[in-house]
Amino acid sequence: MSVEVSAEVAAAAALTWHEVCVLADLSPERGAAALLDGVQVALFRTHDDQVYAVQQLDPYSAANVMSRGIVGSRGDVPTVASPMYKQVFDLRTGECLDAVGKEPKPLQSYAVTVVDGVVSVGLPAPGPPGGAT
Amino acid sequence: MVQPTVPRQLVVVGGGMVARRLVDALRSRDVAGQWAVTLLCEEPRAPYDRVALTSYFTGRDPDDLALGGQELWDDPLVTLRRGVAATSVDRDGHTVSTSDGRVLPYDSLVLATGSYAAVPPVPGKDLRGAFVYRTIDDVAGLRSYVENLRTEVDRPLRGAVVGGGLLGLEAAGALTALDVHTTVVEFAPRLMPLQVDEGGGEALRRLIEALGVTVRTGTATAKIVGRLGRVSRMEFAEGAPLDVDVVVFAVGVRPRDELARESGLEVGERGGVVVDDTCATSDPAVWAVGEVACIGGRTLGLVAPGYTMAEIVADRLLGGEGTFPGADLSTKLKLLGVDVASFGDAFAAEPGGLEVVISDPVAGVYKKLVMSDDARTLRGGILVGDASAYAALRPMVGRALGGDPAAYLLPEGAAPAPAGDLPDDAAVCSCNNVTAGAIRCSVTDAGCTDLAGVKACTRAGTSCGSCLPLVKRLVTTELEKSGIEVSSALCEHFELSRAQLFDVVRVQGLTTFSEIIAKHGTGRGCDICKPVIGSILASLGTGHILEGERASLQDTNDHVMANLQKDGSYSVVPRIPGGEVTPEGLIAIGEVAKDFGLYTKITGGQRIDLFGARIEQLPKIWKRLVDAGFESGHAYGKSLRTVKSCVGSTWCRYGVQDSVGLAIALELRYRGLRSPHKLKLGVSGCARECAEARGKDVGVIATDQGWNLYVGGNGGFTPRHAQLLAEDLDTETLVRTIDRFLMYYVRTADRLQRTAAWVEDHEGGLDAIRAVVLDDSLGIGADLDLAMAGHVDGYEDEWAAALDDPETLRRFGSFVNAPDQPDDTLAYVSERGQPRPATESERADSGVLIAGTTLEVRR
Ligand code: SRM
Ligand SMILES: Cc1cc2nc3c(=O)[nH]c(=O)nc-3n(C[C@H](O)[C@H](O)[C@H](O)COP(=O)(O)OP(=O)(O)OC[C@H]3O[C@@H](n4cnc5c(N)ncnc54)[C@H](O)[C@@H]3O)c2cc1C
Ligand code: SF4
Ligand code: FES
Repeated sequence: MSVEVSAEVAAAAALTWHEVCVLADLSPERGAAALLDGVQVALFRTHDDQVYAVQQLDPYSAANVMSRGIVGSRGDVPTVASPMYKQVFDLRTGECLDAVGKEPKPLQSYAVTVVDGVVSVGLPAPGPPGGAT
Repeated sequence: MVQPTVPRQLVVVGGGMVARRLVDALRSRDVAGQWAVTLLCEEPRAPYDRVALTSYFTGRDPDDLALGGQELWDDPLVTLRRGVAATSVDRDGHTVSTSDGRVLPYDSLVLATGSYAAVPPVPGKDLRGAFVYRTIDDVAGLRSYVENLRTEVDRPLRGAVVGGGLLGLEAAGALTALDVHTTVVEFAPRLMPLQVDEGGGEALRRLIEALGVTVRTGTATAKIVGRLGRVSRMEFAEGAPLDVDVVVFAVGVRPRDELARESGLEVGERGGVVVDDTCATSDPAVWAVGEVACIGGRTLGLVAPGYTMAEIVADRLLGGEGTFPGADLSTKLKLLGVDVASFGDAFAAEPGGLEVVISDPVAGVYKKLVMSDDARTLRGGILVGDASAYAALRPMVGRALGGDPAAYLLPEGAAPAPAGDLPDDAAVCSCNNVTAGAIRCSVTDAGCTDLAGVKACTRAGTSCGSCLPLVKRLVTTELEKSGIEVSSALCEHFELSRAQLFDVVRVQGLTTFSEIIAKHGTGRGCDICKPVIGSILASLGTGHILEGERASLQDTNDHVMANLQKDGSYSVVPRIPGGEVTPEGLIAIGEVAKDFGLYTKITGGQRIDLFGARIEQLPKIWKRLVDAGFESGHAYGKSLRTVKSCVGSTWCRYGVQDSVGLAIALELRYRGLRSPHKLKLGVSGCARECAEARGKDVGVIATDQGWNLYVGGNGGFTPRHAQLLAEDLDTETLVRTIDRFLMYYVRTADRLQRTAAWVEDHEGGLDAIRAVVLDDSLGIGADLDLAMAGHVDGYEDEWAAALDDPETLRRFGSFVNAPDQPDDTLAYVSERGQPRPATESERADSGVLIAGTTLEVRR
């Protein structure tokens, strides 16, 4: 299987790509955590075999749990609900769609490609200080 | 404005209804925390609902009179000092001295000291058996005096109330409720002279006398004669004396303005702290509100204007500009079950008024409307005997009524309710100052979809409740107008309610989410509908919750069969049926906890919780627990939690049945039963009820003949006592009845609806449910029995099954590309010899951390 890298993603310069796993390692409509150069990322495979990646850190509880949330949809938008306090996020952009009475806080979203069944995530190039490598 | 770093000090003297409203209003608006409030309450309790005082005699206990929740007193910026009075005010030094010897500085001071109940200077007023009627302590004293006396004298008790106004009739109601034959003595020529006219007073007298209360109007009390220090007889200026055992004075109130007088503030001619229309006294740092305030030249003895004053002062303290709009002295009361209402210019004091009166002595009704001279504009009115028109009429004061005014006075139902065309600025709830517009707005703009929502959002109807019929009508009209039906749809993906979904899934034999949503829903589901369908499928016994697609439906906790904690670690709760555990079992749990470095705690459900397990440790921990003979406790599931037991007849000297044995049998029977919400059971070995069974969804209490079965109890946010479903059942009937009750609940309740709410919502309530489960009124008994038998036979331990399935175990990897690597952000510190999650500041200072909980070292 191969998925086109969107124009936008390709245009985004300076991504460091990490091969993470094969598609079969991800259960449909569920998430999994991945550790990429010390960065915790939450991967989600939707029913149509799209794969999305957002930060694993739940901005509301400060726990690394986003991958354990329930995958679903709001209208046409693929979503994940935080397992902790149930805020709902757009899997594509990380936008917070339902802040459950709190200030909306977005998730960082990451570029994903699936090429020949291999899932890769593009992380922004490490910033100058403190970056992993 | 500069953000104050230290809040300013507000001292409020007087813990009454108005003081509470002030603190509440201030705290809900003062988001920046500009003010810290100290409330001094002379009474030994937090402010309570004085208006409802009389309900104390109809079985409510003092706690039921609480105003609002405890939250306000838990607010760190609020200090409630009960049983502490302010004794003096030093206005130059800006301090208040208190009865417990403290001196409190203030930046602003509010006097909300209310009133004394006035006692006329008649001889004998201090005898035992003479009471006033103002506080909980007053009414408690009255009740115990009467109850004690009843044990001493062997005849019906007689009482008198001095004063035939609002308070006097309240007191007469209280005495009547205590079975005391009561005479109301009123100096004026009629009852409630301040609220109703002669015709109304006459109607009221007839209605009240019909209830067995004697009324003596135009009568002055001259003296109370005592015997052995106790009240025994009343003598009057004219007429025969009256033998009495108890006397209640309800002749009016006197403002408690002594603090103001002593500190040199201006007080009114007839008492009360003089304030301007912003509630400020002559000292800009001192305010007065409620019954103690003399505003516009008089004091006001009703709670609604007091609440308005409280709102104004809260507003002013935060820099607002509110002023007192003038008091609405409208009242609607139910006294001794008799409706009385008086509103607007009830006595036609304004010149050129026209009165429309309907008086029906036979039906005991008197109604009067005061209209402008062209008979179009409503000015006021009096309603006695039937005040159902009050809610609709009062907001119309000062407005054109439209149509024949007499039509509004016809019996209920005969006249169309004018709620629909009520103007937006008409005040509907006078206690809380809510207009018709605000109520409509809460539906159209704020999205409230029911009465409860509107009450919470606007506060309308939350005080005296007399406006509720009107509020309800406005809400319904508005909902209908916007085409909203109160929807039972589960979420945006399913139009069906949970109960309907359960039925279609069961009847059509559907077994997967994909099938169900394709047939009956839209989209791909969400965090609401997926767990519901996961639960329905599990209730119907379709196999392991983590098998295949079903795994994607499970809520966070069910998905890993453990409870998520605040830091992303999990807790583990092995089942301990009935709370009975062997020493070996305890040791096994203890060793697991020790080896994995888990925090252990005894739960409120008679078992042991192990906290701080990382996701990848869960299978290893459970391997050990399963090997030691433990099973999943389903602490994570909407399913049976625990069956709490007391020790019962095996050991306890009072026990009449083996409660532990039954509790264990029930726990083993219903373990793993997935339900709309969690389920808790309890079994007590005798009526002493040490297992708190009546606080459970299903409670069983042993009797000499068998078991009493109670249903629909819970603790939690809205505690409910379970209600008796059946008595003296033998064990077999008991179990069958519980089977049916639970299975019927599982099939028909809403998502996250505990049994108490389900019973309440069920058409026909508990009686209808009893008919279904005991008399098989729906003919589904055998079907329910079969379903439960299926559950019992199909039970397997979820954790044992998971450990046998490598595919399932894969879900417990910490990272898909590094399954055994711990989440290195988890950090713990030691407290009382056990680990707990590190706080943010402890993390910053990483020196004190112990690492994540340790990996197993033994074996
Ligand atoms: C662990 C425990 C507290 C303890 O340390 O004692 C506990 C812990 C939690 N309770 Fe509880 N409850 C615990 C006994 C109770 C009890 C007491 C009892 O069962 O006798 C009650 C009141 C009784 C009742 O339920 O009627 C109780 C009423 C609640 C409620 C309110 C339910 C309600 O109907 O209002 C919630 C919230 C909910 O379920 O929506 C809740 C929710 C929770 C949650 C699930 C909150 C959460 O989402 O994290 C906590 C799970 C933490 C965990 O890891 O287990 N817990 N909870 C107790 C576990 C008992 C057990 O062995 O399974
Ligand atoms: C039986 C009854 C029925 C009523 N029914 C109605 C009704 O149907 N509708 C209606 O509108 N009104 C009704 N009222 C009147 C209503 O209760 C009052 O108008 C209202 O409670 C006034 O509130 P407040 O806060 O000003 O005073 P209060 O409620 O009297 O509170 C004042 C508090 O201040 C305390 N206090 C006084 N001095 C000090 C001090 N120096 N230091 C500390 N604390 C002090 C007092 O102990 C008291 O608790 C009724 C009253 C009674 C008694
Ligand atoms: S009472 Fe609240 S804090 Fe305590 S265990 Fe229950 S849910 Fe958690
Ligand atoms: S008028 Fe009293 S609660 Fe609305």
